[in-house]
Amino acid sequence: MNINEIRSQFPVLDQQVYGKPLVYLDNAATTQKPLCVIDRERDYYLHENCNIHRGVHYLSQQATEAYEHARQTVARFVNAPEAHEIVFTRGTTESLNLLATSLGRMIVESETGKGGPHCVPLTVLVTAMEHHSNLVPWQQLVQQQGGKLLVAPMDDDGVLDLQAYEERLKQGPQIVAMAHVSNTLGTVNPIKEMIRLAHQYGALTVVDGAQSMAHLPIDVQDLDCDFFVFSGHKMYAPMGIGGLYGKTKWLEQMPPYQFGGEMVDTVSFERTTFNKLPFKFEAGTPNVGAALGLETAIGFIEGLDRSAVAAHEALLVNATLERLAAIEGMRFIGQAPERSGLVSFVIDGIHPYDLGTIIDKMGVAVRTGHHCAEPVMTRFGIPGTVRASFAVYNTLEEIDVFVKAVSRAAMMLR
Amino acid sequence: MTIKEIQDQIVEDFSMFDDWMDRYAMLIEMGKECPLIDEQYRNDQYLINGCQSRVWLHAELKDGKVYYTADSDAVITKGIINLLIKVFSGQAPADILAADLSFLDEIGLKEHLSPTRSNGLLSMVKQMLLYAEAFQIAS
Repeated sequence: MNINEIRSQFPVLDQQVYGKPLVYLDNAATTQKPLCVIDRERDYYLHENCNIHRGVHYLSQQATEAYEHARQTVARFVNAPEAHEIVFTRGTTESLNLLATSLGRMIVESETGKGGPHCVPLTVLVTAMEHHSNLVPWQQLVQQQGGKLLVAPMDDDGVLDLQAYEERLKQGPQIVAMAHVSNTLGTVNPIKEMIRLAHQYGALTVVDGAQSMAHLPIDVQDLDCDFFVFSGHKMYAPMGIGGLYGKTKWLEQMPPYQFGGEMVDTVSFERTTFNKLPFKFEAGTPNVGAALGLETAIGFIEGLDRSAVAAHEALLVNATLERLAAIEGMRFIGQAPERSGLVSFVIDGIHPYDLGTIIDKMGVAVRTGHHCAEPVMTRFGIPGTVRASFAVYNTLEEIDVFVKAVSRAAMMLR
Repeated sequence: MTIKEIQDQIVEDFSMFDDWMDRYAMLIEMGKECPLIDEQYRNDQYLINGCQSRVWLHAELKDGKVYYTADSDAVITKGIINLLIKVFSGQAPADILAADLSFLDEIGLKEHLSPTRSNGLLSMVKQMLLYAEAFQIAS
């Protein structure tokens, strides 16, 4: 695998900031886009742009076919049995809000049907390492329903406590929502085992794949998860597109999330019947161009030797850990043995914001702060971390620049 | 010194450095010299919202002049607030409210003025002006 050749496909990487070559290590926030993805979206607007599904004319049919082809590609990429089990959304956050609203309603209504309002209060179990997007929608849902949110704790290394997780399952949550990979700690959760246990206790499972899709192979049938959600822009695709995989039996029972065009079957002033899957969940004109870009991004990922990519990214993580460890006062946040894609740390006596500000001036882009996971920061008793996160195009030379920048900034700030 | 004179002095000090690192080094030094807020005010009531780092600001009126004290857990932020304190502390409320803040552009802090910028320079300035306004109304 030739990293320089791969890098050359990402025009944005080839630039200077403040007169220094850009070192882009904020890939967990969003990855850069290869030229093929940019071209695909551009071509759509140059030659193919049309509103889909309803038009009888040539362009509309072409665009509809392309869009549905993209759906099939996503389904194949995650090994979903049926293309209609893939719902396009704006991304992970929208997918999770859709689930909290729609799946939440499905459960509350079926519980109500079983014998009065809430014979069982709505309970959702999350892990202690969730991004706010996989926490706040569930928290708000249970608060509206007078239910409760359970949290499975983790240890000081950022490893989920499986035994405590099972204890929480015994309290009967109807939904378990879990990060596949933590966006702050890099921990890879044992989701297959977590899903198996959740099912054993009768809960439905939602996997937040925002940080895993670009890095790990995903097989929803092997995982047996009920739902899996992801964002395109974190896997080399354009912003504004993402998705939700759901098992047919649940998607069929769930009420729609938003109402409007495309998602209806028949409409009168008295009543409306809804379209079949997946259109029931896709109200309004979708982001067709971005969906085609997502398909191309999947092609880009599949075109790489995925095990070589995984080995390369592991090399970057390990080199970063090893080289940063030499800096006085270094404390890594998240030291799980199973990890992916990023390194989070604090340095004693130095605020992450100060460090990020200084190394930015040296051309290094990292993220500082709580990374939309404030409870994780509270757990470790810190205001935030500095997070370096990697993609296939990062190099060991960039790690060197980054580590030297951190080291110099730490000297200035002490 | 008037606010304008202090601002000119700061602009001159900063213009000695063309390198951003040196300017930051100066901000860090200023952070370490910040007139610290009294421990009793270092609480949520005096916290300025809108910053990635925490900033506490207090002000009092003595002989018709406003005196500010502050603290932050990030030293660069502390440097920035101390820079503002140098400009505003010891001035009359009316003069603070009438001050022209274009010196921030001249020393290259303009990028920090964007409302989304995480250090919340704008929030700090706003809070300092609010104190001045409150003192002016009270007097």
